[in-house]
Amino acid sequence: MAKKENLTKAFLSGNEALARGAWESGLKVAAAYPGTPSTEILESLALYPELDVQWSVNEKVAFEVTYGAAVGGVRSLFACKHVGLNVAMDPLMTASYAGVSAGFVVVVCDDPGMHSSQNEQDTRWVGPYAKVPILEPSSPSEAKEFVGQAFEISEKFDTPVIIRMTTRISHTKEDVDLGTRTDIAAKPLVKDWEKYVMVPRNARMRHEVVEKRQEKLVKLSEKSRLNKVELKNPSLGFITSGISYMYLKEQFPDASYLKLGMLYPFCDEKIKNFSKKVKKLCVVEELDLFIEEHVKALGIRKAKFKHPSFQLGELGPATIGDLVAGRPKNEKKLPARPPRLCPGCPHWSVFSVLKKLDLFVAGDIGCYTLGSLPPTSALHTCICMGAGVTFNEGVRRAHPEGKIVGVVGDSTFVHSGITGLINAVYNKAKGIVFILDNSTTAMTGGQNHPATGKTIRNEATKALDLPALCKACGVDNVDVIDPAGALKEFEELVKKRLDENTLSVIIAKHPCKLIK
Amino acid sequence: MKKQTIINITFGGIGGQGIIKASELLGWAALYDGYHVKKSEVHGMAQRGGSVESHVRFGGKIYSPLVGPEQADYLLCFHAEEHPRLKTFLKKDGVDLAGFLEKAQAIIENPRHLNTVLVGVLAAYLPIRNESWQKAMEVVFSPKIIEENRTVFEKGKALVRQ
Ligand code: SF4
Repeated sequence: MAKKENLTKAFLSGNEALARGAWESGLKVAAAYPGTPSTEILESLALYPELDVQWSVNEKVAFEVTYGAAVGGVRSLFACKHVGLNVAMDPLMTASYAGVSAGFVVVVCDDPGMHSSQNEQDTRWVGPYAKVPILEPSSPSEAKEFVGQAFEISEKFDTPVIIRMTTRISHTKEDVDLGTRTDIAAKPLVKDWEKYVMVPRNARMRHEVVEKRQEKLVKLSEKSRLNKVELKNPSLGFITSGISYMYLKEQFPDASYLKLGMLYPFCDEKIKNFSKKVKKLCVVEELDLFIEEHVKALGIRKAKFKHPSFQLGELGPATIGDLVAGRPKNEKKLPARPPRLCPGCPHWSVFSVLKKLDLFVAGDIGCYTLGSLPPTSALHTCICMGAGVTFNEGVRRAHPEGKIVGVVGDSTFVHSGITGLINAVYNKAKGIVFILDNSTTAMTGGQNHPATGKTIRNEATKALDLPALCKACGVDNVDVIDPAGALKEFEELVKKRLDENTLSVIIAKHPCKLIK
Repeated sequence: MKKQTIINITFGGIGGQGIIKASELLGWAALYDGYHVKKSEVHGMAQRGGSVESHVRFGGKIYSPLVGPEQADYLLCFHAEEHPRLKTFLKKDGVDLAGFLEKAQAIIENPRHLNTVLVGVLAAYLPIRNESWQKAMEVVFSPKIIEENRTVFEKGKALVRQ
């Protein structure tokens, strides 16, 4: 991260630029759970001492803390990766009804191409689903600029605003102009039960407010410079957004463009007018057919769309020409080396034993997911955060006599494994849940979490006691062992616990090699 | 804004070799030299050992942050086995600096310096003033390691002059 003093320009990533823009716009409170490609947003915000920032236990908590701060009257920001928003959907859907007091921005980083994710879901659909506006920048500079506008829209229209990023925007760096911070005083705390207590009587009234707000947001979308028309050569026009705009500008510098910076709600009149002004019209977007389906619904016959093969993966300079020509995707790439566990990674020893004992291993999200790759092949499911715990139970319900265990990381266990463990105890499930405790959130680069006893700024705080917690949940046996130093004992322990008809937690504790 | 010509550079190797840091150094140097610059990389998760490629483009006005196939003016390769894959980015008349990899490895004692030596090699080819490189190093390296990096950077430049 750059030293910021005396600089008017800095070389910033989309995430760093967005953080800078939020800071300049008077942000006060920010929270997230780490997740590639969004992690650096909070890491950058933590460098500004005037901000109240935190790694939260999970995305739902992070959302609620920051949204609470916005309802309380200060500008706040929640950041997550696409699948992180799934965890926070519950508060988002109703935050849309209740609205805000001070600006509230939700930054969601999608991962087209799944560089580091379990699916390729497209957050743009959340706009119509939650009825909240979505902005999408095309560059780090725009990310910085858009976050200020997002706070203003949030306050003016009384709504959370989503900024949708993608890996390519989050992690691209460019020279970005720096500004200064505007401090904004907290608004007084108000008790407005009709606005913030979403019981049916009030929620019905708020739903009406939401529908009226939609109409106003459409007007904004029509006149906002976020949706920019660039008329050049009228023989070819593109409707596009995000990084796709950049790839197109590179190869079709003379074409005309309708660049959508506000993706939702759509600017129907602008789209219709633009389509009349160009001879050939082409819609270019990464992943799903979000713009395409809307343009089709508007009845714009001349519009051309991408071949279905382009719904998969990232666009890029190598493939954009084929897309525009209506051809299928034809990417010739020599295979890249896959990532693997670091040499000396503590997970190796655990997996060597699980493999030897030929167990069915329900896995979770973390570095240890790489234990599934051949030749190790010692992890057999990975769906979402926390499922290492609940899949031990679920798979056992199908095969009560099976040799089944679950593995989960320390950070992941705190994120969403605890409730699953309580459920297993309550419903009399058996088996072993391994907590692979490497004392960090390793896969995203090594962030603190409650059990490390340190905050996002490395300040000491109360450390969560994992063995005590598991005991308190009611687990029959809780063992803590460093398998790296005692592989034989570890194997004996696993065998012993498997033979008992009990629910056990084995905490395999050894720090990640990359911890500084 | 400076010269309109765009220069495209592709860096590549495997995780843990300091490739991102190398391209970061070039990015800041180009910024200090008054160019518009974009950098973007393609790599997997936090673990080491997977392929990493990083693209830097600078000039008047840059749109795409990625260098396309056969578009790189320079290729800086950190790992011989990755070379065939990376070569697809190089222009037909582009400059392949892979020949400097062994020489660079031979003149350093600390393998952590490989990235800075190779950026030194690259610097000998690029229209970026020395003072901009020096300022970039102040941002990218901590005070503790900046002097050793300045020294190996010069060694890298000298390799080209030999
Ligand atoms: S980052 Fe840490 S936990 Fe992840 S593979 Fe490397 S050593 Fe293992």
